[in-house]
Amino acid sequence: MDRHITVPLKREDALSLRAGDYVYLTGTIYTARDAAHKRMAEALEAGNPLPIALENNVIYYMGPSPAREGRPIGSAGPTTASRMDKYAPALLDLGLKGMIGKGKRSQAVKEAIVRNGAVYFAAVGGAGALLSRSIQAAEAIAYEDLGTEAIRRLEIKDFPVIVVLDSQGNDLYQSAVAQYREE
Amino acid sequence: MRILDVGEITRNIKEMCIEANHFLTEDMRAAMETAVKQEKAPLGRQVLEQLQENLRIAGEDMIPICQDTGMAVVFLEIGQDVHFQGGSLEEAVNEGVRQGYAEGYLRKSVVKDPIYRENTKDNTPAVIHYEIGPGDQVTVTVAPKGFGSENMSRIFMLKPADGIEGVKEAILTSVRDAGPNACPPMVVGVGIGGTFEKCALLAKKALTRPVDQRSPIPYVKALEEELLQRINRSGIGPGGLGGSTTALAVNINTYPTHIAGLPVAVNICCHVNRHAVRTL
Repeated sequence: MDRHITVPLKREDALSLRAGDYVYLTGTIYTARDAAHKRMAEALEAGNPLPIALENNVIYYMGPSPAREGRPIGSAGPTTASRMDKYAPALLDLGLKGMIGKGKRSQAVKEAIVRNGAVYFAAVGGAGALLSRSIQAAEAIAYEDLGTEAIRRLEIKDFPVIVVLDSQGNDLYQSAVAQYREE
Repeated sequence: MRILDVGEITRNIKEMCIEANHFLTEDMRAAMETAVKQEKAPLGRQVLEQLQENLRIAGEDMIPICQDTGMAVVFLEIGQDVHFQGGSLEEAVNEGVRQGYAEGYLRKSVVKDPIYRENTKDNTPAVIHYEIGPGDQVTVTVAPKGFGSENMSRIFMLKPADGIEGVKEAILTSVRDAGPNACPPMVVGVGIGGTFEKCALLAKKALTRPVDQRSPIPYVKALEEELLQRINRSGIGPGGLGGSTTALAVNINTYPTHIAGLPVAVNICCHVNRHAVRTL
């Protein structure tokens, strides 16, 4: 089913999404990948505040290529989400509602998604040029010394994603692959 | 003896880094077009159509095909009658990478130390493989390698008794484990034989062979064709979202090995199987 949804996510939207839904996201999201997650984990451990509010927000696992003059961002496709599995459950328990990435997640992440009524979306890996067209503005707002790995606030319009893990515990990677497996 | 200025190496590598990150080779483009026509799953077709559109936008707007513009892997096949002048060859290669990644607005993805992980900010150093052969020419291949798929690559030190069935199982296991993480449809580069490091290099080099060109060795050609069929029956599909296009090609290179060993390396590449080749 094709759906148009605004971000940050509303609680009822997150709960209503199902694995396999094709979704166009519009609104504000934040980027963070390996190094930014490590720093956020260190901040939490030290009892320091995080640079972004997590409540109902969506984190996009992405580190862009540099923007050419006059463009908001360079190529901007998803990175492999499993590298953030170590950090994701704690962030979900603190209110993070959605993640955009590509690839499989751990059992602990799946359980945290169900427990918190959250959602994991996949964007098409390797389609960074196409996806950049759905990003209207980008601004580094924390950890700028990390370069491409800084936390950026993105304004997105009709950003195309597919629900892979939903709050009911469904996993599109498992069900879709089983459907087409011939040996 | 032919004298070649290392400045020529720098200039070409700079251009090739930019070219490879914005344009796929003709064989890859053709394989992607065929895949759209053959894919059985509706969502799989939609993903493949997005990838076609992505390639079009990358070329038109000069925006990299993928934001992971890779670590620059450079193969230098050097004729033994060539003499380089004007400075260090290694530095000339790295200078080409430095200039290409800056001028091409490519992402700088290299960290100086694997543990302390400080970004070098210019995507150097490259990984350089030198081969010396006959003649007075230099063939340069620039293959920027993304790590979504690199991370899913494997090496297996099989026993001779494992035989060809063991090799097949190693390759199929690697592809199944990679699944959606490696951004399918993939290209699967395989090395069989040699030593531990030689078979990894064979696999890497196999990824630079055109995807429409099969091995000249009859049993290897048959193995490539059988594995491609079996991989495409795995169900993984485009983006790992289910379908009949999981790989575009399986390219296998072999080398003599030791009486006690059967090394197999599986180097997986995503659908952005990038390389530029020039002979100087």
